[in-house]
Amino acid sequence: MSGDAVIEIRLTLNGESVVAQVDQGDRLLDFLRYGRGLTGTKEGCGEGECGACTVLLDGLPVNSCLLPAWQANHRVVETVETVPEDELSALLESGATQCGACTPGVVMTGWWVRRNRELADTHALRELMAGNLCRCTGYDGIIEGLEAWLASAASGRPGSEEGA
Amino acid sequence: MTVFLPRDLDEALDLRAEHPDAKPIAGGTDLGVHWRQQTIAGSGAWLDLTGVPELRASAWTDDELVLGAGATYWDVIRDREIAEQFPLLARAARQVGAVQIQARGTWAGNVVNASPAADGVPVLMAYDAVLELRSRNGSFLVPLSDFYLGYKRMRLDPDQLLTGIRIPRRTYEFEWFEKVGSRSAQAITKVGVAVTRRAAEWRVVANSVAPTVCRCRALESLLVDGLPVSRPSDLAPALASDVSPIDDIRSTAKYRAEVLARLLYWALRDECPSFT
Repeated sequence: MSGDAVIEIRLTLNGESVVAQVDQGDRLLDFLRYGRGLTGTKEGCGEGECGACTVLLDGLPVNSCLLPAWQANHRVVETVETVPEDELSALLESGATQCGACTPGVVMTGWWVRRNRELADTHALRELMAGNLCRCTGYDGIIEGLEAWLASAASGRPGSEEGA
Repeated sequence: MTVFLPRDLDEALDLRAEHPDAKPIAGGTDLGVHWRQQTIAGSGAWLDLTGVPELRASAWTDDELVLGAGATYWDVIRDREIAEQFPLLARAARQVGAVQIQARGTWAGNVVNASPAADGVPVLMAYDAVLELRSRNGSFLVPLSDFYLGYKRMRLDPDQLLTGIRIPRRTYEFEWFEKVGSRSAQAITKVGVAVTRRAAEWRVVANSVAPTVCRCRALESLLVDGLPVSRPSDLAPALASDVSPIDDIRSTAKYRAEVLARLLYWALRDECPSFT
């Protein structure tokens, strides 16, 4: 493929097979927000520093602001819209959100940790969350909320039916 | 603006030869920062390597680990065998950005991006990594320690792609890596250094203290010769001939030179009989 201003991509987006036309200059973030109306994913710094735009690509957290949309071709993309609402109660109860700008990204990295429990064998939660900056500096609340979320998942509260 | 999306290595090498101005892109953790502005401005062309299956896999041979050009930091962090045999790779990888960057950034991209601050390069060089450069005309091997010619200049022809990084399987008696940044994640290095020792052979490789990541050969000689060292400043003359740090937005030349000497002194003090 070359020269075309528009590129056709095929991907699995939030469990659904999608064929879409993207501009060469579209970031995955642009495609999600403006192409698909998935506005849960936020733009923060726009240069891969803050993690506000975190989505899962083939199951791993990535900054959707750094990713050309055409790199999502043949990949599996999951956004914050796929996280079941009842999964978020522990974060709400712990006051893990202040202004909310970083929250969708925090939720996505947390959702990844939640679904890959073996990460705890090798990584501290704070290291796994180091790519999600909170400029309200509400890190203690975020970490407490995530710990409560992970604990509730482990003890059979919301979400644990999926298995660890 | 043009984007090329090859589906296999032959196609990628053809496109590379026919469109030498198209910038190869994989994880995009560095290029991605400016990619969109350049695209909107209509400048530049991109050769996307993420759809090339031959570049994805890493493999063990009897005497080497071959990292595919698509191997990410996260691939290495999650690979127990690599972590056991080459612990510095995992140690360095965990200090690159954070998981969002580790999941996309590739070792090969770090090498050819040729930043003096590249965090993946010192450990690869300390393990004597050899680069596999390929074009339609064949495959060439270049030791990583000979690859850089100057700031952002390297032995890479316009029709070549870096397709793999070969790391010899050896037993090391000493392996060490330290990165100093403003914080422990999401920070670009102020000064970093990797050290390996195998019998009497030392490798000392520093980043962010010269126009390229570089072997500190005078310091390696000092260690081989067993010259007496009783404080960090005793390393300064050798380091002064090895590195040429500068003042920039992240640090100062003085800080970098001093910290490099201190890092090495305290790392090597228990390892070298000549250090007191």
